[in-house]
Amino acid sequence: MSVADKIIAIIAQQAFLEPADINPEATLEALGIDSMALVECIFAIEETFDVQVPFNANDPEASQFDISTIQTIIHAVEGLIAAQKA
Amino acid sequence: MNRVVITGQGTINALGKNVAETLDAMSNGVCGIGPLEFDNVDRLNIKIGGQIKGYTAQDHFTRSEIALYDPFTQFAVIAAQEAIAQSGLGFSDALAENTGVVLGTAGGGLQTQDQNFRSVYEDGKNRVHPFVVPRLMNNAAASHISMIHGLRGPSFTVASACASSNHAMGQAYHMIRSGMAQIMVTGGSESMLCFGGIKAWEALRVMSPDGCRPFCATRNGMVQGEGAAVFVFEDYQHAKARGADILAEVIGFAMTSDASDIVMPSQTGAARAIRLALKDAGVNAGDVGYINAHGTATTANDKTECAAIRDVLGGAADAVMISSTKAMHGHLMGGTGAVELLAVIAAVKDAMIAPTVNHTRPDPACDLDVVPNTARHSQVKVAISNAFAFGGLNAVLVLKSP
Repeated sequence: MSVADKIIAIIAQQAFLEPADINPEATLEALGIDSMALVECIFAIEETFDVQVPFNANDPEASQFDISTIQTIIHAVEGLIAAQKA
Repeated sequence: MNRVVITGQGTINALGKNVAETLDAMSNGVCGIGPLEFDNVDRLNIKIGGQIKGYTAQDHFTRSEIALYDPFTQFAVIAAQEAIAQSGLGFSDALAENTGVVLGTAGGGLQTQDQNFRSVYEDGKNRVHPFVVPRLMNNAAASHISMIHGLRGPSFTVASACASSNHAMGQAYHMIRSGMAQIMVTGGSESMLCFGGIKAWEALRVMSPDGCRPFCATRNGMVQGEGAAVFVFEDYQHAKARGADILAEVIGFAMTSDASDIVMPSQTGAARAIRLALKDAGVNAGDVGYINAHGTATTANDKTECAAIRDVLGGAADAVMISSTKAMHGHLMGGTGAVELLAVIAAVKDAMIAPTVNHTRPDPACDLDVVPNTARHSQVKVAISNAFAFGGLNAVLVLKSP
């Protein structure tokens, strides 16, 4: 599974959807991911990829982790993985 | 219904090892938050807290007491000692049977659990100390205070997360008011500053890595504290008859449930608790001079709390002083309302309004007089203390000058 596929699987599980039903352009809100589910998604991402996601629920916009859409999350996690390997 | 007054107070927290030190720090706007010191702190993302520095259990307790007292019990016992000494009460048999202990805590003996889980899981030991259970149980602090002082009335522990202390003190108030008890030793205690305690909290992503800044536009989360505060609540007639020094009168209490979300606060739930507490106290919105806010410095709490206050107080909200002392002592979770009651008593008794420190930039969503950074001298007749817990449980106390 690619990084994108793994992330989509994580989000799909939290959204109670099939991975095939997740559009990468979708926002978390559109998928019904609330703040609790988001924190669980981030935990799952950290566990899956063994990375540290810089995210503070108090101010998601100020976190250096773009959660605007599924695609931005995938991009951000790819960045974290690359940074860790570097 | 009996009137209820406060005739003793005691504490130990990051700001001081007794009430005098704590109030001195509050009146000077001292921030007691700093780097955490305990095993494995290097494995945490959150490395700051309102930790009691320079504290050694051996200075206060014998070896056999320490074997039974988790730090949350030690803090409660120390605070109760100071409060009961100040009250000047001696407990005859009859009075002891009419005196109980009701304390709040969220985590109870969490440090004892943390240490012993580490011992069996990480170190692979197959044997733990025989007192693990009596040390970790949530009622250990209340029970030890009852035993030390021989108090044989109604005693128990309340656990409602961050509202535990306010709920506990509300019960104590009701018990004296109704005649169930004459005197109640009440307050709360917490000691979660250990690896497991912080690790669990940082996972929720609501902790600040760099400081507690309630109502400030730059706020980014809460910071934990530890310690205890304990008070002597006494039937007014009893206190008057013995010529006791009355610190403040408790005149109202209310509690509500949001019934909506396990972590997000609710403006209507908070507003309803404040409104009902004022009604219970028989005072008007305009009578309130000071509010000790829940003020956790999370984005959600502070704006919700300000909106709730504005909702209840209406135009009077612009005149009221409101501060969150958590910026100084940290969030003591189940013990927080008790330490914060020290500031409420100081407001109605000594006209000392504790500030909200670390306030650098006003937030339009928190447009009340948050007493930024510097304490004020201002006469206040009525003051309230808010506590809004995870789980949507709200508890508000109303105090009046003696």
